[in-house]
Amino acid sequence: MSGALVVERLAKRYPGPPEITALSGVDLEVQPGEIFGLLGPNGAGKTTTVGVCTTRVRATSGRVLVEGIDVRVRPAAVKRRIGVVTQQNTLDRSCTLHENLYFHCRFFGFSRGDARARADELLQRLRLSDRAGALPLTLSGGLAQRVQIARAIAHRPHILFLDEPTAGLDPQSRLALWELVAELRRDGLTVLLTTHYMEEADRLSDRVAIIDHGRVLVTGTPAELKRTVGAGTVIQVRLARSDADLLVALRGLPGVREVEEAPGGLRILAQGRDGLLSSLVEAAIPYGLQDVAVAEPTLETVFIKLTGRDLRE
Amino acid sequence: MSEHGRFRGYAAAFWGMVLRDLTVLRRNLAPFVTRTVMNPLLFVFIFTYVLPRIGQSVQTGAAGVTYATILVPGLVAVGMVFQGISAVALPLSLELGATREIEDRVLAPLPVELVAIEKLVFGAAQGILAGAVVFPLVYVVPATEVTVRVASWPLLVSVILLASLTSGALGLALGTIVRPQQIGLMFALVVVPITFLGCVYYPWAMLHPIGWLKLLVLVNPLVYMSEGLRAALTPDLPHMPTLAFLGALTGATLLLGAIGVRAFVRRTIS
Repeated sequence: MSGALVVERLAKRYPGPPEITALSGVDLEVQPGEIFGLLGPNGAGKTTTVGVCTTRVRATSGRVLVEGIDVRVRPAAVKRRIGVVTQQNTLDRSCTLHENLYFHCRFFGFSRGDARARADELLQRLRLSDRAGALPLTLSGGLAQRVQIARAIAHRPHILFLDEPTAGLDPQSRLALWELVAELRRDGLTVLLTTHYMEEADRLSDRVAIIDHGRVLVTGTPAELKRTVGAGTVIQVRLARSDADLLVALRGLPGVREVEEAPGGLRILAQGRDGLLSSLVEAAIPYGLQDVAVAEPTLETVFIKLTGRDLRE
Repeated sequence: MSEHGRFRGYAAAFWGMVLRDLTVLRRNLAPFVTRTVMNPLLFVFIFTYVLPRIGQSVQTGAAGVTYATILVPGLVAVGMVFQGISAVALPLSLELGATREIEDRVLAPLPVELVAIEKLVFGAAQGILAGAVVFPLVYVVPATEVTVRVASWPLLVSVILLASLTSGALGLALGTIVRPQQIGLMFALVVVPITFLGCVYYPWAMLHPIGWLKLLVLVNPLVYMSEGLRAALTPDLPHMPTLAFLGALTGATLLLGAIGVRAFVRRTIS
C-alpha cells in the first residue's frame, strides 16, 4: 500500500444498452517519483483508468488510493494531490493564458498575490510570458498542451496524470513535451502517462503497464518487458564472407538463441548481451567483419507477442 | 485536513469560480447590457410610446392604470429569467458539451455539486443585475404615466432574491440538459412560451375569462416572478397572494436546482 497510486481490481461497466465493459480488473501500483506509462491501443481502457483515478469516473468495483486516500471516499482531498491533463484541450476559452493559470490557483486556495506570482512563474518557465494576455484559441496544439500541463501542476500536486499528451501533435512539439515531462520528474513529480505510442512509453517511462481490453497484461520496466519476448537482443552482423564453421561457432556462444543468415551477413537472436558482443566480434573478425548493429525488441514486439495484434489496429 | 479546513477549502474554490465568472462578465459587459436591454427597450417603445401616440393604446381594464405600469414588473421579470438562460444555460451547455471547458472546475478541490451551485448563484447575481438594468428603462421610456410604489421593502428584496435564484436554477437545469445543438430548439420550445405565457404583459388575475389558460400558466415559474414583482412594485394592480408566489418561487428554485445539480453531476462524472 506504499505506492503513490494504488489501483486494485478496478472494474468499470457502462450500463447499456449495449453494456460496455471498459475495465475488468485493473491492478497497478505507481511508486513515488516514477514515470509510469500505461500503454495500449485506443479503447483499451487507459482513459477510463485515468478517469477513475482522477475522480471523474465512478468505478463499478475495486478501488483507487491516491497517497493512501480512497478517491471515492474523499474526492476533494484527492483532487488537491493530483494534476490532470485530459486528451482534449479544456483551457478556459473565455480567459487569457494568465487567467487560466491564475484562476486555477485561486480554486486551490492561493491568495491573489500567490496566484499571480505562480501564473507569472509558470508562463516564464514555458517561455510564454509574452503571450500572457492571449486567448487559448490562438495557440497551436503543442503550446496549448504545454499550458494545460502548466495549469495541471500550478497547485503543486504530487501526481500528474497525462492522458495521451502527444496525440495529434507534430514531431517537434512531441519532443518538446517529452523534455517537459522529463523535467517535471526531475522536480520530484510522480507521473502517470497513457499513450498508444510505444516509443513514447519506452522513452519516458520508468515502468510500463501494457493494457488491452480493460486488463493489464504485463507490468515492468521497458527493458524487462522487452526481455520477455525471449530474445532480448537482436544483433545484425555484416561480413565479407561467411561459412558453416562460423555459424556453429556463434551458436556455441553463451546466450545465443538463434543464428540465421541475413542479407550481407548474419542475424543473431540472443538473450542478454553481457560479454556476448566481444566474443562475437572476436569470432567474426577472421570472416571480414564490417559492421555490428545491436537492437532491442520494442514494446510493440511485446504487445504483438501478448495479443497477436498490432498496437495501431 | 480538519472539518473546518475542508470547508474553508471548498469556500476558497467556490470563491475562485465566482472571481472567474466576474472577470468574464466584466469582459463581456457590453454584450451583457445589449442582450438585456434590447427586448424590453423595444417592447416598451412600441407598446407604451408608439401605440399610445398613434391612438392604439392597450386597454388595461383598471381605472387610472396605464399599460406601461402593468409592463414594469413583467419586463423586469423577463429580463431576469432571460439572463438566467443566456448567462448560465448557454455557456454551460457548451462547456459541458463540445469544449469540456468545465473540466478544470470539476477538478477543483470541492464537490462537483458546488460547481453547479456556483453557476446557479452567479446566474442569480446576473439576474439581479439584469433587473437593475431593465427597471430604469421601463420606468423612463413610456410616453404614458408609470406608477410604481414599493409597498414593502422586505417583500421586494425577498421577491428579487427568490426570482433571481429561480432564474439561475432554470438556467442550470436547461444548460445541463440541453445539448449545444439543441439550443435553437430550446429557444422555440422553452424561452418563447415561458415569456409569452409568463403573465408578463397582463396580470394573472386578468386571465379570468380564459379559465384553462389561467390554470395552465401556473406551471410556468416566470408567472410567479412577474406576480411577485407586481405585488412588490405595483401593489395597486391585481396580483397573486404573497404566500402563493413566495412559496412557488421557493419550490421552483429547489426543484429546478435539484434537477440541474443532478444533471450536472451526471454530465461530469460518468
